[in-house]
Amino acid sequence: MSAVVSLLRRLEGPQTLGRGRGFWSLFALVLLGAVAFPLLTDGYTVGNTVYFFVWVFIALSLSLIWGYGGSLSFGQTAFFGIAGYGYGVLTINFGADYGFTWIALLIAVGIAALFALLLGYFMFFGRIAGVFLGIVTLAVTLMLERFMAQTAGPEWHIGSARLNGFNGMSAMPPLTIPWFDEPIVLFADVGLYYIVLAMLVIVYLALRILMNSSFGNVIVAIRENPERAEMLGYDIRKYQLITFVIGAALAGLSGVLYTVWGQYITPSSMGMTAAALPLIWVAVGGRSDLTTTVIGTLVVLSGFQALTIYGSQYALVFMGVLLVLTVLIAPNGLVLGIINWVTRLVSRRKQETA
Amino acid sequence: MALLECRALNKHFGGLHVTNAVDLTLQPGEIHCLIGPNGAGKSTLFRLILGEHQPGSGEIYFAGENITSLKSFARIRRGLSVKFQVPGVFKGLSVRQNLEIALQSHHHGAALAQEIVGLLDFLGLSAEQAQTAGNLSHGQKQWLEIGMAIALKPLLLLLDEPTAGMSPEETHMTGEMVRRLNAEGMTVLAIEHDMAFVRQVAQRVTVLHLGQVFAQGSIDEIVADERVAAIYLGQAHA
Repeated sequence: MSAVVSLLRRLEGPQTLGRGRGFWSLFALVLLGAVAFPLLTDGYTVGNTVYFFVWVFIALSLSLIWGYGGSLSFGQTAFFGIAGYGYGVLTINFGADYGFTWIALLIAVGIAALFALLLGYFMFFGRIAGVFLGIVTLAVTLMLERFMAQTAGPEWHIGSARLNGFNGMSAMPPLTIPWFDEPIVLFADVGLYYIVLAMLVIVYLALRILMNSSFGNVIVAIRENPERAEMLGYDIRKYQLITFVIGAALAGLSGVLYTVWGQYITPSSMGMTAAALPLIWVAVGGRSDLTTTVIGTLVVLSGFQALTIYGSQYALVFMGVLLVLTVLIAPNGLVLGIINWVTRLVSRRKQETA
Repeated sequence: MALLECRALNKHFGGLHVTNAVDLTLQPGEIHCLIGPNGAGKSTLFRLILGEHQPGSGEIYFAGENITSLKSFARIRRGLSVKFQVPGVFKGLSVRQNLEIALQSHHHGAALAQEIVGLLDFLGLSAEQAQTAGNLSHGQKQWLEIGMAIALKPLLLLLDEPTAGMSPEETHMTGEMVRRLNAEGMTVLAIEHDMAFVRQVAQRVTVLHLGQVFAQGSIDEIVADERVAAIYLGQAHA
């Protein structure tokens, strides 16, 4: 019981924005709105919103590794792709009966985490840090993209699952809940919406608890000054590796959910553009906080989609400009910048009236 | 039994012999100052003791155990602690959080909060606890880092120029802090240029010169040694 209370207390702390009754009331209100949302809109919009939600996990993974941990990883898309393909291969081979899609989800995320454990071990224990970490992880994801792109021939298959080269894999079963007469198939609609929303809330709250725990303290300490952190007796490589693996698992979850959402996955999901976009969402939102990361990702993603739909081929150029502007004007992120600006404005008002 | 024993430590950087057959023994409970001109190899000796550098040859014993091949964090866990020359605080975090990170591996919950309050009081930083560490004055940053170093309750505290950039009053206060810690049983090894500080705290002094132990003794013996005056104190007094 007291363990539960102390966990709940860690929902607030120095590493996360937002505390007190005001913040949690707003949180409850937003959550209520999100729960009611499918009732107020059409199926297409619901499916599209799921698509936005799917990307938030990879954004959170980047916030964890880069924003909190201080290591820029360009390779989150590699874990995204590995888990996405993993889910495809597993479910095409073994089907969706007996709730296997959920086991496939877990295994696929596990494979991504295992890959991160291997890659991360050599990087962190080989003392690769800073910009070199970004270069190595980028190289890994581009290599995976190249490799998957040349698997068009029929000889490239795992069991009955063809890898299909540049066209990617498709027609894997969606997540399926076993039910008495007829299993419930979660297409990209209301069902999947609620499942992904629930996952999002759980992951967000769990990360808040994690970052405000003593583990989170060490992670930000390593970002601030790795030498000092080690000289307080922390095996910093171990902490960096664990963070990297958790981040990879989250990126992998994004990958599986993306695959489930559209029932396809292609090599370009691990390409240069795919690797760069999450960095932009996270940098624009404010990478060093979970809440600003979530808000930033959803806002920038929907803005980007609006741009591409309403006829502008310059959406990607615009994203680049957005990144440059953010770095110049609000290096900690626009959402965080706006919050700080409003807080300053309010406190100045208070001072003037006092 | 000696608390720290460096036996015939050697370290080369390219052709430069920065640590040359250094023997250094610290008895438990003493305050030992390491002095010597710039480039004498004082900071390198610290890095060897802390495991940031590996010696070319020689061995380091701590509390009877050979720690020569241990990683830095493992040495810290055995009872070593350090305050660096350039303040190594977590600049973006609050003063309180800096101390919490140092204390959290030994204390939890209410006991942790109590330890933080006690340490803030000891350092005279209670009023600054919510401030971002990067905004502290230089002297306050030095104290905060000393606080983080002693939070580990080390057997041996290494201080690399603890009073660098401090005013004479701050230097004196730091000296008193070190003596209080020593009175509670902490062994201290300090690199220091400020002779007023050395006189205030040191029970034994080792002079390093060109990577070698040049002289060793009480502060009075060292001050009386003309050879030392020639290489070091002479320059300081000039």
